[in-house]
Amino acid sequence: MSLEEKKQEVIEDFSMYDEWLDKYEYLIELGKALEPYPEGEKTEEKLIKGCQSRVWLDWENKDGKLYFRADSDAIITKGIISLLISVYSGRTPEEIAGDDFSFVEQIGLRENLSPTRANGLVSMIATIRRAAEEQI
Amino acid sequence: MDVREIRSQFPALEAKVYGKPLVYLDNAATSQRPFVVLEKQRALASGSNANIHRAVHKFAVDATEEYEKTRDAVREFLNADSREEIVFTSGTTMSINLVASCFGEAFVHEGDEIIVSVAEHHSNIVPWQLLCQRKKAVLKVLEIDEFGGLMVESLEKLISQRTKIIAITHISNVLGLVNPVSEIVATAHKYGVPVLVDGAQGSVHEKVDVQAMDCDFYAFSGHKVYGPTGTGVLYGKKKWLEAMPPYMGGGEMIETVRFSGTTYAPVPGKFEAGTQNFNAVPALQEALRLAESYKEDSEVVDNQKNITDYLLDVLTNDPRIRLFGVPRGTAVKIPLFSFAVEGAHHEDLALILDKMGIAVRSGQMCAEPLMDRFGVTGMLRASFAPYNTMEEAEYFVKCLNKAISMLI
Repeated sequence: MSLEEKKQEVIEDFSMYDEWLDKYEYLIELGKALEPYPEGEKTEEKLIKGCQSRVWLDWENKDGKLYFRADSDAIITKGIISLLISVYSGRTPEEIAGDDFSFVEQIGLRENLSPTRANGLVSMIATIRRAAEEQI
Repeated sequence: MDVREIRSQFPALEAKVYGKPLVYLDNAATSQRPFVVLEKQRALASGSNANIHRAVHKFAVDATEEYEKTRDAVREFLNADSREEIVFTSGTTMSINLVASCFGEAFVHEGDEIIVSVAEHHSNIVPWQLLCQRKKAVLKVLEIDEFGGLMVESLEKLISQRTKIIAITHISNVLGLVNPVSEIVATAHKYGVPVLVDGAQGSVHEKVDVQAMDCDFYAFSGHKVYGPTGTGVLYGKKKWLEAMPPYMGGGEMIETVRFSGTTYAPVPGKFEAGTQNFNAVPALQEALRLAESYKEDSEVVDNQKNITDYLLDVLTNDPRIRLFGVPRGTAVKIPLFSFAVEGAHHEDLALILDKMGIAVRSGQMCAEPLMDRFGVTGMLRASFAPYNTMEEAEYFVKCLNKAISMLI
């Protein structure tokens, strides 16, 4: 599935829920389903600054494609990072760096987060983008 | 006073969030403002907007009169000995910074000691740390027990000949337990040590009598006691205020200015440099009158007590919940509850509750040392005001249970 198709899919999935509580339930499910992140790698340098809850994000470059893994002590935040990973993992650095990440606004995620959480989201996106730019 | 009647005086409580009625339980952070306060601010801004203490024209005279009348109202609210002991500030933080800076400048020297408790708000820690850095003084910490009770019995052991001041909160913004401040002051005074009391929460929930308490300084904010933001008070015993150098230099705080040397205005003017918050401060008169009437009204007191008892019962009997600040013996708890839920992050809980219309606080509550003391990264806090109903407390518990079940 192309990056554009995947983003469309996420937007459609998210728009199925009218109520914010249902959207949270969906994010919580995503968070719970996220692949486990090794405890030993929850280091200071993997920690994303700007989040009220703690978020760790790591990546590797396999055959020219970036694969992300992450964790958070807050489950809704974990769901959000899971959503980002599902969209951007397995893409080339060029694809990721060239994307505008506007789909998070289309699903209304940013505007419905408190400023501290929105900052966290911005930091997560910045970290993913920086990872891609470093690899180009 | 009926709680419905009280509610009707606060326009913000009519609000709906996400289509649900607002249940505002973040009162320890800031309280809502009643019509009388909002109206007073508006009337001052449009009816007598002029800089105070200077010009002779009518607007300026009216504005000055309102401002100075407020000083009398605050004196009465705190039962201070004289109006000269009341300094207007921007809030509790500024009040404490003022004392740390000016008292510190005059009386704290290298090797001296300052005592705070582990349960202080950052605003009653960091100003003292800054002072200690500047003067090479030492900050000592009074501990609490596992229930959140202040270990007052160990205070005497902490006091030494080098102790210059003790800064302690009247009621912790996290634990909600009323500290025995009179007892602390009596102990401190035995050794000639003055005491500053952080009254940010205490001024809202307790009747304050600074003469009976005998504290040397008492600080509080207007915005937590139904008043405007950017208003605050520092009470200081005259002997201390007179012995302290000015905080900021500028207009108002001077007597005569010459390049050969400037003399300062008598207290409290010495500490009120620059243009004061003259549109907002007078609205404190209305706010404090209201706060006082709530403290004296048996119906309000009973309602607050019932909410406290109900939530103490619920939160201490749920094995998933760890409540911080549990009253022991004769200790008094205000309707303020900080807790952690096993397996559910405080931020997730706050976010879900928000979508149910409930405003609570999550995080470290500006008290990181206290979070470390209990070994948590943060807490969830629900804090009630006289306009909150028992139905809201019950709705909060229902929603909390729903949120927990979503997360665990």
